[in-house]
Formats: sequence, C-alpha cells, structure tokens
Amino acid sequence: MSAENIYKPYLMRIEKITEEAPGVRTFRLVFADEEEGKNFAFQAGQFGLYSVFGEGESTFCIASPPTRKGYIECTFREMGRVTKALAKCEEGDIIGFRGPYGNIFPLEDWKGKNLLFIAGGIALPPLRCVILNALDLRDRFKEITIIYGARTVADLVYKHELEEWSKRGDVKVITTVDPGGETPDWKGPVGFVPAVLEKAAPKSENTIALVCGPPIMIKLTLPVLARLGFTPENIFSTLENRMKCGVGKCGRCNVGKVFVCKDGPVFTLAQLNTMPQEY
Amino acid sequence: MLGTFEKMDIERKLLKKDSLDKLFEKIKGSGRRILAPVQKDNMITFEEVSSPGELAQDYVQTTLSAKGAVFPRCEELFSYKFEGKDVKVEERKSEPKPTVIFGLRPCDAASFAVLNSVFSWDYQDSLFKSRLEKTTVISVSCAKADEYCFCTSVGGGPGETKGSDILLTQIESGDYLAEIVTEKGRGIVALAPELFVPAPTEDKERYLVKLPKQFDLKTLNEKLAKNFDNTELWIEQSLRCLGCGACAFVCPACVCFDMQDEANKKGGVRLRCWDSCGFSLFTLHTSGHNPRSAQSQRWRQRVMHKFAYMPERQNFIGCVGCGRCSRLCPVDMNLLEHLKEIVESRD
Repeated sequence: MSAENIYKPYLMRIEKITEEAPGVRTFRLVFADEEEGKNFAFQAGQFGLYSVFGEGESTFCIASPPTRKGYIECTFREMGRVTKALAKCEEGDIIGFRGPYGNIFPLEDWKGKNLLFIAGGIALPPLRCVILNALDLRDRFKEITIIYGARTVADLVYKHELEEWSKRGDVKVITTVDPGGETPDWKGPVGFVPAVLEKAAPKSENTIALVCGPPIMIKLTLPVLARLGFTPENIFSTLENRMKCGVGKCGRCNVGKVFVCKDGPVFTLAQLNTMPQEY
Repeated sequence: MLGTFEKMDIERKLLKKDSLDKLFEKIKGSGRRILAPVQKDNMITFEEVSSPGELAQDYVQTTLSAKGAVFPRCEELFSYKFEGKDVKVEERKSEPKPTVIFGLRPCDAASFAVLNSVFSWDYQDSLFKSRLEKTTVISVSCAKADEYCFCTSVGGGPGETKGSDILLTQIESGDYLAEIVTEKGRGIVALAPELFVPAPTEDKERYLVKLPKQFDLKTLNEKLAKNFDNTELWIEQSLRCLGCGACAFVCPACVCFDMQDEANKKGGVRLRCWDSCGFSLFTLHTSGHNPRSAQSQRWRQRVMHKFAYMPERQNFIGCVGCGRCSRLCPVDMNLLEHLKEIVESRD
C-alpha cells in the first residue's frame, strides 16, 4: 500500500519494568527501529494506543516527559484483556504503540507561573509527564506544589519519585492516604485529597491547577479550588474516554460534538463546563 | 479536494436497454468486477454478477446497502507473525479490486461521500480511500418510494446525481437516460462509446417518484441544539429500543467501528469490524463506568451524531434518508417519525 496505514503501530521493546503498586506497572519503551525513534516527537498531555499482539489495544497517556529523549513510559493497572496481557510481558518483549495523539498541556503559556498538581490513585501518570517536564525546565516556573492521594500506602504510584521530589527543596509535595489506608509507620497526612487541599490552601494567584483523578475526587476538589480563588480557565484536567482508533473515526470517545481523541484529552474546566455532562 | 466527488458538466446520453449486456461484458473485460443487487432468499443484497440477467427486479430499496464494497463489515488492518520474542508486522498486500457498483439508489451513492467525510477528516484512512478510488458508482434513480424513504428531507433526491459517477433513469421505452457525472463515469463510457447514443431532449423528472420534504433540516438542527437535556424526549423515543444495533448495520452512512485481534501462537491479524453506538458495551470503561449507560443516551447519541455533530464537524449529515434503519427495526422504531417529532417539539 502506498499511503501510510494509520492503524499500524510502531514496534516497541520493553526496556525496563517497574512495579509501582499492586497490579500497577510502569514500562519504559524504546523503539525497535532506531530511525523511527529519532523521528518521534510528542508533547506533555498526549496519549497513545498500546497493544499486545494477539490481544488488542488499550489507551493510556505517555507518562514520561518529552524532555527525556530516547524512550517513552506508560503506567497501567491490570484490569481488562489488554492490560492483563501487558502485565504478563517481560523486559525485552515487543509491544505495539500508536501515537502521539491528542492535544497538549500548554506548558509554553505557563512560563513564570506557579503550578499546582492534584492527583488521585492511578491518575498520577498523566500529571507525572507534566511534573517531570516542568522539573526538567525548573527555572521557567515559580512554585511547584504536588498534592497526591491514594486509597492506601501500597496504592501510591511512583513512590521513589515522590520521595525524590520532596527531597529537592524546590517542590512542595504532600502525599496523603485515605482514612484506614495508612500503615503504622506512615508519617504523612491521612485524609481525602479535597480536604488535604483545603488545609494546604495553595494560593490561586498566578497559579495553574492540574487535576487528575477518579470522578468523585474531581467533583469534590473543584469546589475547593473555586473557594481558593481558582478560575475555570486556570484549572486543567484530562478526560479518559474509551477509544478504539484514537484518530477521530471509531465514534465512541465523543462528549457531544467534542472528540476526546482529537480535541482532548486536555481540557480546562471552562471548556468542560460548556460540554454536555456525558463523560 | 474530494477527488471522487468532483463534478464536471454532466453529459447526457441514452443507453438502450439491450445494451446493458454488452456494457457489463465491456466492464468485466476491463478487469473490473461488477457488484449489483441480487435477490437472495428474502433479501436483496449486492453481489458480484456477470450479466444484467442476474439483477433483482422491481424493488424500492435493496435490503443492505453497498457500503461493504468500500468499508467491509470486517477487514484486516494488518497482520503479524511471532518470531521468538520478536513480532513482525506485515501490511495487507492485496490491492483493492477495481469495482463497479451498479444499480444502487441515489441515496446509497450519496452515502459514500458521508463515509469519506469521516475517513478523511484529519487523519487519512488509506485503507478506505484506496477502495473508494477504485470504485465506480453507476446508480439508478427511483421511480418508486415507500413510506420509509426521506432522501429529499436530508438533501438528496430520487434523481440526485451527487455521489454517482453515472446516474441512469429508466424512461418509457425501457431504455436508460444516462447522466455521466464524473471523470470515472467517462471512463466507463470510454469502454464502449458506441453504446452511449445521443439522448432525447426528455426531462427525467417525469420518471422520478415525487417525494415531498418531510421536515426542515435547519429547524431540526436548531431543535437538537436545544433538546440535548430533554431526557423525557429521548427516553420516550427509545423506550422500546432493544439495543440490537440492526439500524447501524444496515445504515449506508454509519462508520463507527471496533478493532479486535485474532491470533494463534504463530501470529494473527488486527481486524476492524462494524460496531454500533446502540450497544451498551460501546462506551463502557474498564473501571465499570459508562458515559452512555442508558439506552436513551445511546439513542440520543445516534440522532445527535448524525444530525448535529457530523454537520458541524464534518460538514455532512450522517444520514441519506434511505429508510433502512426503520424498515428493518425489529420493534418498529421509525427514524423519520422521531425526527419529525423533534422538529415539531416546543422550545
């Protein structure tokens, strides 16, 4: 076939597997074809379709930043057919990747601003890409605050990185677990993300808030952000609808006329407020 | 831009009824296969034929459309082989067969442009486009319609040439008035120019069924914009919907698809298969959350996608008014009636 087949994935070799939490793993992927790797470029916020040949494709964000070249990373929880098959993969195995797809977090527009990251559970990966991107360009941004919570201590992902970030001195990291999820030696706060956010009360002036988490966390976090003075234009999140094609054709990720794969996955709260409540 | 759908000045010729045999021979001789409506049990479907004698007679509409010729119900996107720890991906090797689709209705001819609008929106789907490029459409205008037909309400018509490369209209003598619409159509004429004789100065309109407009598209669009949250309306209209997806499978303009792998230990294929927004699993997340968990939300999606979102995003209405979804619905849901109800709803 002469023209490019948009459904044909890149072949990626799993270079490294990191166990993050029960059932949650991070894969570091390198292009099997070096030339393809050299020509590959993406920006923070974009996603891809990862496939196990013989099982199918699944959609996740790219969890590593574009500032770290030569590989991409994805973090996933073992849940459905494809993620169960991914979980069985070993270092050295080949998987498929299509992307990058979708829009971006406009980091270029955020020079000189404070960044506030708020995440819950398995929703830290899309923000990890932005966090690492911002840390790699640290002098472009003012204060960086990360508020992250999970159900239990074991469920916290990127534990070693959270520790690294807290030790840096130029990032404020608050890691919390839900009541009952703490271990005897847990020293951090215990409480749900919205309450912890309210107590931390980061300033809204000149600050961009990025919120990713389960729907209930987002629902309860938004009023807190509003009380702290954040405007809908300065609150960013991502939508995670089911997709098959990733390129605006298969017809299932739309929210009203908005295609999450084409117009998203990154949206401001101001944009989400104009969309039908069908996500 | 659209290539296939570019119109030139329409040329009018006469194709004698007896010339069809010869024309079919010439088309086949040129290496093209001919797909045409054939009666099979109680259905009329598009099958490969060799002579006009095999064609189904006297029908308003074929049971299935010719969509599968450019967008197969299930197709291979690529294949792969497992070689130890490695995987070798192979592109589909077979080039699409040059094809003439003969005897489809103008509504079905118009549907190819609708499909194309999705497949060439932003990312270009080369699998679809390579088939479309090799396809020539010879449609036959409608002398009859039934209560389900509403092409005139969605921009089409019983004698509409848009989407056809050649449109044939049968006149009193049984001969065909041939309108050669595109360069591809000229390519067919060039195979047997002697069969296309000068046309009488006859108006084709008198041979076409009269099909008055049933609703105003612009009003429908305005009403849809106001009725997204009219939950009652969507529930009422879809109360008896079974979510069987038949409407999508017979629709010539539905594009929504699924992608699935089929493999054994040696290798496999990634397939693309027709899907339907009416299915409850269509949007189901792995977490169990479903943005369109109720049938009424899925019915709303079907109507809004075709009549609100596609006109705005792709500049095409996702419906050609062929009526198949209503003709074949097992619980008698009637799209035309539901659209009229929306148009007539109070603000």
